[in-house]
Amino acid sequence: MKWLMLIALLLPGSAWAGEARPLADDPAVEARLKHLAVELRCLVCQNQTLADSNAPLAEDLRREVREMISKDMSDKEIIDFLVARYGDFVLYRPPLKAATTLLWVGPFVLLTVGAAALVITLRRRAHTVVDVPVTDEEHRRVEQLLAEGGKRS
Amino acid sequence: MNRFLLPLSIFIVVVVFLGVGLRLNPREIPSPLVGKAAPDFSQPQLYDPANVFSPADLKGKVWLLNFWASWCSGCRTEHPVLMELAKSGEVPIYGMDYKDQRDEAMTWLRRWGNPYPVVGVDDAGRVGINYGVYGVPETYVIDKQGVIRYKQIGPLDPDTVAEKILPLVKQLESQ
Repeated sequence: MKWLMLIALLLPGSAWAGEARPLADDPAVEARLKHLAVELRCLVCQNQTLADSNAPLAEDLRREVREMISKDMSDKEIIDFLVARYGDFVLYRPPLKAATTLLWVGPFVLLTVGAAALVITLRRRAHTVVDVPVTDEEHRRVEQLLAEGGKRS
Repeated sequence: MNRFLLPLSIFIVVVVFLGVGLRLNPREIPSPLVGKAAPDFSQPQLYDPANVFSPADLKGKVWLLNFWASWCSGCRTEHPVLMELAKSGEVPIYGMDYKDQRDEAMTWLRRWGNPYPVVGVDDAGRVGINYGVYGVPETYVIDKQGVIRYKQIGPLDPDTVAEKILPLVKQLESQ
Protein backbone atom coordinates (compact mmCIF):
# COMPACT_ATOMS: atom_id res chain seq x y z
CA MET A 1 0.00 0.00 0.00
CA LYS A 2 2.77 2.39 0.99
CA TRP A 3 4.59 1.60 -2.20
CA LEU A 4 1.51 2.24 -4.26
CA MET A 5 1.13 5.69 -2.71
CA LEU A 6 4.76 6.47 -3.32
CA ILE A 7 4.42 5.50 -6.96
CA ALA A 8 1.30 7.64 -7.24
CA LEU A 9 3.24 10.60 -5.84
CA LEU A 10 6.04 10.14 -8.31
CA LEU A 11 3.76 10.08 -11.33
CA PRO A 12 3.86 13.29 -13.36
CA GLY A 13 1.36 15.73 -11.89
CA SER A 14 0.31 17.11 -15.22
CA ALA A 15 -1.77 14.00 -15.81
CA TRP A 16 -4.32 15.42 -13.34
CA ALA A 17 -3.65 19.13 -13.52
CA GLY A 18 -5.10 19.55 -17.01
CA GLU A 19 -3.08 21.10 -19.76
CA ALA A 20 -3.06 24.88 -20.12
CA ARG A 21 -5.23 26.02 -22.96
CA PRO A 22 -3.12 26.54 -26.07
CA LEU A 23 -3.18 30.23 -26.88
CA ALA A 24 -2.51 30.10 -30.57
CA ASP A 25 -1.72 27.47 -33.10
CA ASP A 26 1.55 28.98 -34.21
CA PRO A 27 4.36 28.21 -31.72
CA ALA A 28 6.61 30.86 -33.29
CA VAL A 29 4.00 33.56 -32.54
CA GLU A 30 3.64 32.24 -28.99
CA ALA A 31 7.39 32.31 -28.45
CA ARG A 32 7.62 35.94 -29.54
CA LEU A 33 4.59 36.84 -27.47
CA LYS A 34 6.18 35.30 -24.39
CA HIS A 35 9.40 37.13 -25.03
CA LEU A 36 7.55 40.46 -25.41
CA ALA A 37 5.00 39.98 -22.67
CA VAL A 38 7.56 39.68 -19.87
CA GLU A 39 8.77 43.18 -20.79
CA LEU A 40 5.28 44.68 -20.63
CA ARG A 41 3.29 45.64 -17.58
CA CYS A 42 -0.30 44.72 -16.96
CA LEU A 43 -2.09 48.01 -16.30
CA VAL A 44 -4.74 46.51 -14.07
CA CYS A 45 -2.57 44.53 -11.66
CA GLN A 46 0.38 46.82 -11.84
CA ASN A 47 3.03 44.58 -10.38
CA GLN A 48 2.49 41.80 -12.85
CA THR A 49 3.78 41.49 -16.34
CA LEU A 50 1.47 41.02 -19.26
CA ALA A 51 2.65 37.42 -19.37
CA ASP A 52 1.64 36.69 -15.76
CA SER A 53 -1.65 38.50 -15.57
CA ASN A 54 -5.07 37.00 -15.99
CA ALA A 55 -6.89 40.32 -16.00
CA PRO A 56 -9.30 40.67 -18.96
CA LEU A 57 -7.36 43.68 -20.23
CA ALA A 58 -4.12 41.66 -20.17
CA GLU A 59 -5.83 38.98 -22.21
CA ASP A 60 -7.01 41.59 -24.71
CA LEU A 61 -3.55 43.10 -24.92
CA ARG A 62 -1.99 39.70 -25.47
CA ARG A 63 -4.49 39.12 -28.28
CA GLU A 64 -3.57 42.50 -29.74
CA VAL A 65 0.17 41.74 -29.51
CA ARG A 66 -0.39 38.30 -31.02
CA GLU A 67 -2.16 39.88 -33.99
CA MET A 68 0.65 42.38 -34.46
CA ILE A 69 3.19 39.54 -34.40
CA SER A 70 1.15 37.70 -37.03
CA LYS A 71 1.29 40.87 -39.12
CA ASP A 72 5.10 40.64 -38.91
CA MET A 73 5.55 43.87 -37.00
CA SER A 74 8.90 44.33 -35.28
CA ASP A 75 9.26 44.31 -31.47
CA LYS A 76 9.90 48.03 -31.57
CA GLU A 77 6.73 48.72 -33.57
CA ILE A 78 4.67 46.66 -31.15
CA ILE A 79 6.13 48.35 -28.09
CA ASP A 80 5.67 51.78 -29.68
CA PHE A 81 2.01 50.89 -30.33
CA LEU A 82 1.47 50.18 -26.66
CA VAL A 83 3.51 53.12 -25.38
CA ALA A 84 1.50 55.48 -27.62
CA ARG A 85 -1.67 54.33 -25.83
CA TYR A 86 -0.60 53.60 -22.29
CA GLY A 87 2.60 55.61 -21.91
CA ASP A 88 5.96 54.45 -20.58
CA PHE A 89 4.12 52.85 -17.70
CA VAL A 90 3.42 49.82 -19.87
CA LEU A 91 7.14 49.08 -20.02
CA TYR A 92 8.38 46.97 -17.16
CA ARG A 93 11.82 48.51 -17.56
CA PRO A 94 11.42 52.30 -17.51
CA PRO A 95 13.39 54.03 -20.28
CA LEU A 96 16.21 56.41 -19.38
CA LYS A 97 14.97 59.93 -20.04
CA ALA A 98 14.90 63.31 -18.32
CA ALA A 99 11.92 62.41 -16.14
CA THR A 100 13.41 59.11 -15.00
CA THR A 101 17.03 60.18 -14.35
CA LEU A 102 16.48 60.17 -10.59
CA LEU A 103 15.15 56.64 -10.81
CA TRP A 104 18.18 55.38 -12.67
CA VAL A 105 20.91 57.51 -11.11
CA GLY A 106 19.43 57.74 -7.59
CA PRO A 107 20.73 54.40 -6.25
CA PHE A 108 24.25 55.15 -7.46
CA VAL A 109 24.13 58.61 -5.93
CA LEU A 110 23.00 57.10 -2.62
CA LEU A 111 25.76 54.49 -2.85
CA THR A 112 28.40 57.15 -3.46
CA VAL A 113 27.09 59.33 -0.62
CA GLY A 114 27.05 56.31 1.69
CA ALA A 115 30.58 55.29 0.74
CA ALA A 116 31.83 58.86 1.20
CA ALA A 117 30.16 59.08 4.62
CA LEU A 118 31.75 55.78 5.62
CA VAL A 119 35.23 56.87 4.54
CA ILE A 120 34.89 60.23 6.30
CA THR A 121 33.66 58.63 9.52
CA LEU A 122 36.43 56.04 9.52
CA ARG A 123 39.09 58.70 8.91
CA ARG A 124 37.69 60.84 11.71
CA ARG A 125 37.65 57.89 14.07
CA ALA A 126 41.28 57.11 13.26
CA HIS A 127 42.11 60.61 14.46
CA THR A 128 40.07 60.46 17.65
CA VAL A 129 41.03 57.01 18.85
CA VAL A 130 44.46 57.38 20.43
CA ASP A 131 46.39 54.52 21.94
CA VAL A 132 46.88 55.23 25.63
CA PRO A 133 49.77 53.27 27.12
CA VAL A 134 48.80 51.14 30.10
CA THR A 135 50.99 51.50 33.10
CA ASP A 136 52.31 48.58 35.16
CA GLU A 137 50.13 49.68 38.05
CA GLU A 138 47.03 49.42 35.85
CA HIS A 139 48.09 46.00 34.58
CA ARG A 140 48.29 44.68 38.07
CA ARG A 141 44.91 46.10 38.94
CA VAL A 142 43.31 44.50 35.87
CA GLU A 143 44.77 41.13 36.75
CA GLN A 144 43.57 41.46 40.29
CA LEU A 145 40.04 42.36 39.16
CA LEU A 146 39.94 39.45 36.72
CA ALA A 147 41.10 37.03 39.35
CA GLU A 148 38.43 38.26 41.76
CA GLY A 149 35.78 37.93 39.09
CA GLY A 150 36.89 34.33 38.46
CA LYS A 151 36.52 33.47 42.15
CA ARG A 152 33.05 34.93 42.36
CA SER A 153 31.69 32.91 39.49
CA MET B 1 23.37 70.10 18.39
CA ASN B 2 25.43 69.34 15.34
CA ARG B 3 25.10 65.61 16.06
CA PHE B 4 21.36 65.77 15.51
CA LEU B 5 21.38 68.07 12.51
CA LEU B 6 22.34 65.44 9.94
CA PRO B 7 19.95 62.67 11.05
CA LEU B 8 17.19 65.26 11.40
CA SER B 9 17.71 66.60 7.88
CA ILE B 10 17.78 63.05 6.47
CA PHE B 11 14.57 62.32 8.39
CA ILE B 12 12.89 65.44 6.97
CA VAL B 13 13.91 64.54 3.41
CA VAL B 14 12.56 61.01 3.84
CA VAL B 15 9.30 62.32 5.33
CA VAL B 16 8.86 64.73 2.41
CA PHE B 17 9.45 61.95 -0.13
CA LEU B 18 7.09 59.56 1.62
CA GLY B 19 4.51 62.32 2.06
CA VAL B 20 4.53 63.07 -1.67
CA GLY B 21 4.43 59.35 -2.41
CA LEU B 22 1.37 58.87 -0.24
CA ARG B 23 -0.53 61.56 -2.09
CA LEU B 24 0.10 60.05 -5.51
CA ASN B 25 -2.50 57.67 -6.79
CA PRO B 26 -0.79 54.73 -8.52
CA ARG B 27 -4.04 54.03 -10.39
CA GLU B 28 -3.74 57.31 -12.23
CA ILE B 29 -1.38 56.73 -15.07
CA PRO B 30 -0.90 59.91 -17.08
CA SER B 31 -2.25 59.33 -20.56
CA PRO B 32 0.06 60.04 -23.49
CA LEU B 33 -3.09 60.66 -25.56
CA VAL B 34 -3.98 64.01 -24.00
CA GLY B 35 -3.21 66.64 -26.64
CA LYS B 36 -3.38 64.07 -29.46
CA ALA B 37 -6.15 63.39 -31.95
CA ALA B 38 -8.83 61.09 -30.57
CA PRO B 39 -8.35 57.66 -32.19
CA ASP B 40 -10.90 57.01 -34.88
CA PHE B 41 -13.41 54.18 -34.68
CA SER B 42 -16.72 53.18 -36.15
CA GLN B 43 -18.68 50.95 -33.83
CA PRO B 44 -22.25 49.70 -34.05
CA GLN B 45 -24.71 51.66 -31.97
CA LEU B 46 -26.28 49.99 -28.95
CA TYR B 47 -29.85 50.91 -29.85
CA ASP B 48 -29.36 50.75 -33.60
CA PRO B 49 -26.72 48.14 -34.51
CA ALA B 50 -27.22 48.78 -38.21
CA ASN B 51 -25.82 52.29 -37.76
CA VAL B 52 -22.31 53.16 -36.68
CA PHE B 53 -21.07 55.67 -34.15
CA SER B 54 -17.87 57.46 -35.13
CA PRO B 55 -16.00 60.47 -33.71
CA ALA B 56 -16.01 61.93 -37.22
CA ASP B 57 -19.76 62.59 -36.76
CA LEU B 58 -18.93 64.96 -33.90
CA LYS B 59 -16.33 67.19 -35.55
CA GLY B 60 -16.93 70.80 -34.59
CA LYS B 61 -18.46 69.89 -31.24
CA VAL B 62 -17.01 69.66 -27.78
CA TRP B 63 -18.08 66.31 -26.33
CA LEU B 64 -17.35 63.71 -23.73
CA LEU B 65 -16.65 60.07 -24.47
CA ASN B 66 -17.48 57.88 -21.52
CA PHE B 67 -16.38 54.24 -21.40
CA TRP B 68 -18.73 52.24 -19.21
CA ALA B 69 -20.18 48.78 -18.75
CA SER B 70 -23.13 47.26 -16.98
CA TRP B 71 -20.77 45.00 -15.00
CA CYS B 72 -18.73 47.93 -13.70
CA SER B 73 -19.48 49.09 -10.16
CA GLY B 74 -17.63 52.38 -10.57
CA CYS B 75 -19.99 53.21 -13.43
CA ARG B 76 -22.93 52.79 -11.11
CA THR B 77 -21.32 55.28 -8.69
CA GLU B 78 -20.66 57.70 -11.52
CA HIS B 79 -24.05 57.36 -13.15
CA PRO B 80 -26.02 60.02 -11.20
CA VAL B 81 -23.26 62.53 -11.98
CA LEU B 82 -23.55 61.79 -15.70
CA MET B 83 -27.35 62.05 -15.53
CA GLU B 84 -27.07 65.43 -13.84
CA LEU B 85 -24.51 66.66 -16.37
CA ALA B 86 -26.63 65.44 -19.27
CA LYS B 87 -29.68 67.19 -17.85
CA SER B 88 -27.76 70.47 -17.54
CA GLY B 89 -27.18 70.38 -21.31
CA GLU B 90 -23.67 71.84 -20.89
CA VAL B 91 -21.93 69.16 -22.91
CA PRO B 92 -23.12 65.98 -24.66
CA ILE B 93 -21.86 62.70 -23.23
CA TYR B 94 -21.44 59.88 -25.72
CA GLY B 95 -21.19 56.39 -24.33
CA MET B 96 -18.99 53.46 -25.25
CA ASP B 97 -20.27 50.20 -23.89
CA TYR B 98 -17.02 48.41 -23.08
CA LYS B 99 -16.84 44.60 -23.21
CA ASP B 100 -20.44 44.14 -22.26
CA GLN B 101 -23.53 42.15 -23.21
CA ARG B 102 -25.92 44.16 -25.34
CA ASP B 103 -29.10 43.14 -23.51
CA GLU B 104 -27.52 43.70 -20.10
CA ALA B 105 -26.34 47.14 -21.16
CA MET B 106 -29.83 48.09 -22.34
CA THR B 107 -31.40 46.77 -19.14
CA TRP B 108 -28.90 48.78 -17.12
CA LEU B 109 -29.70 52.00 -18.98
CA ARG B 110 -33.45 51.40 -18.72
CA ARG B 111 -33.09 50.92 -14.99
CA TRP B 112 -30.76 53.82 -14.12
CA GLY B 113 -31.48 56.23 -16.96
CA ASN B 114 -29.66 56.98 -20.18
CA PRO B 115 -27.48 60.11 -20.25
CA TYR B 116 -26.12 59.36 -23.73
CA PRO B 117 -27.52 60.60 -27.06
CA VAL B 118 -25.69 57.69 -28.71
CA VAL B 119 -23.95 54.65 -27.27
CA GLY B 120 -21.37 52.74 -29.26
CA VAL B 121 -20.62 49.08 -28.62
CA ASP B 122 -17.04 47.96 -28.07
CA ASP B 123 -17.55 44.30 -27.29
CA ALA B 124 -13.97 43.20 -28.01
CA GLY B 125 -12.40 46.10 -26.13
CA ARG B 126 -10.42 47.26 -29.17
CA VAL B 127 -11.60 50.86 -29.05
CA GLY B 128 -10.69 50.78 -25.38
CA ILE B 129 -7.14 49.71 -26.21
CA ASN B 130 -6.81 52.47 -28.80
CA TYR B 131 -7.89 54.99 -26.18
CA GLY B 132 -5.59 53.53 -23.54
CA VAL B 133 -8.48 52.45 -21.33
CA TYR B 134 -7.39 50.15 -18.54
CA GLY B 135 -10.34 50.29 -16.21
CA VAL B 136 -13.85 51.55 -16.74
CA PRO B 137 -15.22 54.09 -16.17
CA GLU B 138 -12.94 56.44 -18.06
CA THR B 139 -14.02 59.70 -19.64
CA TYR B 140 -12.37 61.79 -22.34
CA VAL B 141 -13.01 65.44 -23.16
CA ILE B 142 -12.69 65.91 -26.92
CA ASP B 143 -12.54 69.34 -28.55
CA LYS B 144 -13.96 70.69 -31.81
CA GLN B 145 -10.93 69.54 -33.79
CA GLY B 146 -11.24 66.04 -32.41
CA VAL B 147 -8.29 66.37 -30.02
CA ILE B 148 -8.36 64.74 -26.58
CA ARG B 149 -8.02 67.50 -23.98
CA TYR B 150 -8.55 65.63 -20.73
CA LYS B 151 -8.81 62.09 -19.47
CA GLN B 152 -10.64 61.15 -16.31
CA ILE B 153 -9.61 57.80 -14.88
CA GLY B 154 -12.26 56.31 -12.65
CA PRO B 155 -15.69 57.70 -11.80
CA LEU B 156 -16.48 61.37 -12.35
CA ASP B 157 -17.64 63.10 -9.18
CA PRO B 158 -19.52 66.40 -8.84
CA ASP B 159 -16.34 68.25 -7.78
CA THR B 160 -14.34 67.09 -10.78
CA VAL B 161 -17.20 68.04 -13.09
CA ALA B 162 -17.55 71.50 -11.55
CA GLU B 163 -13.84 72.26 -11.19
CA LYS B 164 -12.27 70.57 -14.19
CA ILE B 165 -14.72 69.36 -16.82
CA LEU B 166 -17.10 72.33 -17.07
CA PRO B 167 -14.42 75.08 -17.09
CA LEU B 168 -12.49 73.14 -19.71
CA VAL B 169 -15.62 72.62 -21.83
CA LYS B 170 -16.41 76.37 -21.64
CA GLN B 171 -12.90 77.26 -22.65
CA LEU B 172 -12.95 74.79 -25.56
CA GLU B 173 -16.39 75.99 -26.67
CA SER B 174 -15.10 79.56 -26.95
CA GLN B 175 -12.19 78.57 -29.18
